[in-house]
Amino acid sequence: MSPYLISLRAIVGREALRFIHQRERFIAALVRPLVWLLVFAAGFRAALGLSIIPPYQTYIAYETYIVPGLCGMIMLFNGMQSSLSLVYDREMGSMKLLLTAPLPRWWLLFCKLAGATAISILQVYAFLAIAALYGIDMPPLGYITVLPALAVAGLMLGALGLLLSSFIKQLENFAGVMNFVIFPMFFLSSALYPLWKMAESSKLLHDICALNPFTHAVELIRFALYVQFNAAALGWTLLAAAVFVAAALWGYNPSRTGMSRRG
Amino acid sequence: MTGLSVKDITYRYGAKTALDGVSFDIPQGAFCALLGPNGAGKSTLFSLLTRLFVAPVGQIDIAGHNLARDPRAALAKLGIVFQQPTLDLDLSVRQNLSYFAALHGLSGRDARMRIEAALDRLDMLPRAQEKARGLNGGHRRRAEIARALVHAPAVLLLDEPTVGLDAAARAAITEHVHHLAQDGTTILWATHLTDEVWPEDQLVVLHQAAILAQGAAADIAGEIPLHDRFLAMTATPA
Repeated sequence: MSPYLISLRAIVGREALRFIHQRERFIAALVRPLVWLLVFAAGFRAALGLSIIPPYQTYIAYETYIVPGLCGMIMLFNGMQSSLSLVYDREMGSMKLLLTAPLPRWWLLFCKLAGATAISILQVYAFLAIAALYGIDMPPLGYITVLPALAVAGLMLGALGLLLSSFIKQLENFAGVMNFVIFPMFFLSSALYPLWKMAESSKLLHDICALNPFTHAVELIRFALYVQFNAAALGWTLLAAAVFVAAALWGYNPSRTGMSRRG
Repeated sequence: MTGLSVKDITYRYGAKTALDGVSFDIPQGAFCALLGPNGAGKSTLFSLLTRLFVAPVGQIDIAGHNLARDPRAALAKLGIVFQQPTLDLDLSVRQNLSYFAALHGLSGRDARMRIEAALDRLDMLPRAQEKARGLNGGHRRRAEIARALVHAPAVLLLDEPTVGLDAAARAAITEHVHHLAQDGTTILWATHLTDEVWPEDQLVVLHQAAILAQGAAADIAGEIPLHDRFLAMTATPA
């Protein structure tokens, strides 16, 4: 087997092992969207009227509307969580072990990204299974067609996490990321309300939502869950992923100083 | 043949010069101690040798491979023990070594045999199944040294590997690594403790970003103990 595949298997395996060791993290990652689905959505069902918009062909309950957004939420939190673990790895020194391996740095970072995305996808499927038990199910084929969409969305959000981790110098700064990245990305998107609804309130907010890559990731997932392809959403998500990856690689470039500054 | 060659390395953090025209060569199979007080520039030099940073000026060759031109070949020849512990505490010693072996493209039977041999060399085989968290400081360090040897590196770098260890563990590890040099591995051992340097070792004294002296430790020490010589050399003028 090539050194590339051996290292990919080892890095993804290590991420998975680490995840299994942190059972609370898995439960927290599952409870968060379920609270939104079972409590928040139930409360908002009456307040929000939804018209028929693609990919839906009939009127849908609000719970059904927010499922793709909550899938995105799981991936968003996971992307940030992996960024946190990268900063932690750097503080603990294990990042040095990774970065001094005789493989291209972009490949090593891609392996990290792939590991984080794989874990995100497992969590999304666990969430979709519980949602289905609750009665919110998708077309059966949708559970398969959503897989590539989840992979693309996970890579994009993981790349954002990677980018942030290359610029966050200390773990203490991480709370800021929650406030300035996760919440604006989530609320300024189509995860909880369709964009036309936002446009009714504010044209500016609508435009911001439309630019938000998270909106496109959610729409990509939404269409894929209904076995439909949204080319624009895919294009924007891939573009955002490419930009984040390029910036993260620049951030991790060894000619940039700042990985550690002790003499 | 030269195991490790450092030529004219200069490195700055903004206005602060961390290394200024540092050059030295270590022959293959030699034990070289890099002695310097805290803040001398040792860790910066290690970051450059391991390509965590790239040196804008100067040249580094590891077992004949230029680190800037052919970083992957150079890193493949390099074993590193960082100052900070880098074991995954939730994994067993063997799992830690397997992970590292995979990062170097080793897997299957080949990796297993190399891991056995490396653990055996550091007398760590009986502890292979133990979680790293359960090991004492000395054994953790030995596990890290064993890990750094899995891919049979030509050059082994150790950045103050005895920090935080008791006297017995410190002496044992210092001795182990001296024996590795006798087996043909080129060693660069950074420290600020003179009792870890043996008289026949090659010595590079680093102070305030520059090399103060280099040669055989016994020659540098001269008539007085190395400890006293080192203090005299690095004393800051009042």
